[in-house]
Amino acid sequence: MPTSSTERSRRRHVIDLDDFSATEIEEILTTTESMKEVLSREIKQVPALRGRTIVNMFYEDSTRTRISFELAARALSANIVNFSARGSSVEKGESLVDTVRTLQALGADVVVIRHSQSGAPYLVAQHFRGSVINAGDGRHAHPTQALLDLYTMRERLGQIRGVHVLILGDVVHSRVARSNLWGLTRMGARVTLCGPATLLGPPAYWTATWPEVTISYQLDEVLSSADVVMVLRLQKERQQAGLLPSLREYTRLYGLTPERLARLGERVLIMHPGPMNEGVEISPEAATAPNAVIEEQVTNGVAVRMALLYRLAG
Amino acid sequence: MSERKQIMTADEIRRALVRIAHEIDERNGGLNDVVLVGIRRRGAPLAERIAAAIADFEGVRVPVGQLDITLYRDDLMLRGPAPLVRKTDIQTDITGKVVVLVDDVLYTGRTVRAALDALTDLGRPGRIQLAVLVDRGHRELPIRADYVGKNVPTARAERVEVHLREAGDAEDEVVIVRPSADG
Repeated sequence: MPTSSTERSRRRHVIDLDDFSATEIEEILTTTESMKEVLSREIKQVPALRGRTIVNMFYEDSTRTRISFELAARALSANIVNFSARGSSVEKGESLVDTVRTLQALGADVVVIRHSQSGAPYLVAQHFRGSVINAGDGRHAHPTQALLDLYTMRERLGQIRGVHVLILGDVVHSRVARSNLWGLTRMGARVTLCGPATLLGPPAYWTATWPEVTISYQLDEVLSSADVVMVLRLQKERQQAGLLPSLREYTRLYGLTPERLARLGERVLIMHPGPMNEGVEISPEAATAPNAVIEEQVTNGVAVRMALLYRLAG
Repeated sequence: MSERKQIMTADEIRRALVRIAHEIDERNGGLNDVVLVGIRRRGAPLAERIAAAIADFEGVRVPVGQLDITLYRDDLMLRGPAPLVRKTDIQTDITGKVVVLVDDVLYTGRTVRAALDALTDLGRPGRIQLAVLVDRGHRELPIRADYVGKNVPTARAERVEVHLREAGDAEDEVVIVRPSADG
């Protein structure tokens, strides 16, 4: 009987979604559903990873991702240690690789890393005998965010295949957008990227990697056909860098304003990876609309990370 | 090639489950507080069948749930890829109830041990009992079944397979598969 799990091979690292098949993503989403059931219990804890040690290595500020991993590890009964660059030997000049070797010597089984440099998790994976999970690196990837986005879409819409997802805003600087592009295209969704040319770049940059993706610089032309609007955070530094004339103009052309919200169907999902700049890329009305699933994304994040930790260390 | 021997037919499975249904009724002096919980995967359809048998002769529908014990296993680290986790689904509050755990085969007892841990995380049953279709011996833990469909002496190298239509098998039967020397 093909029920034996030995036919599947064990994944060691989660660096990005580019090496995930649709089948593996599907399995993770199914496991996530089981983990959500665990989180709905009075006793939100199972012993699956008892005795395993997970280290959160956050070289960049984060609230939801770090806490989400911490809650996920605890719900699986693993030991979790938080490491932040501030106050550590990093300030004495210890390199990333040395830090990882130290953590290995201290008995870490899984390292969860957030870093401002693209590629840092890959470097860590080459010097660590356990598993590495990328919790966001530079502009490169944020695979756990993309998986929780996929899960939220599937839970709300029933399926991902054929769904039209509009990724809106500062796409070129976004690791969330890149990981979602891998995941969404692999699961058969239709993706449109939309934003100002300075924050989107030329179409060929995207279609070289994801040929099926549509590019638009005119939000009002593509908004009506979307099933999901994924609004990206606009970092205010982009204006200082000369990429935007003004935040008000950005909001007028690319913000999810109350007027645009009114034109969206009631079933169109509004998503945002957080943290939000309310009044800039998304209006408070849109962020709290009945079809906004921004808080659900956060809740689902814990279950998705449980599914991944279990898959790597279970 | 391996050798395959049928030890229970569809009819024998049906009769064993009806007998277990009666025994559950007798032992507990009625079915008021009884909840059947099938251990996934093949315990789940067996629990449903016992509930259907009870409904036939008593006219009452006892609550049925499904328990996934993957996250409570004690051999996760010893295996290859982590086994797929399925969903636990028990709609009834089990606190104070007589929970009858249902599984297809009782072997080392480790699955039942994990199931006991999983159940006690969900509530505090008044009593927990165990019903299995086949007891094949070789216990590694101090666990025994309260209701047994059939006791089958086996060798460790043999495999007991319970085939059920609900699980996608062609027909209901229980077989022993004995690997031959050349594997």
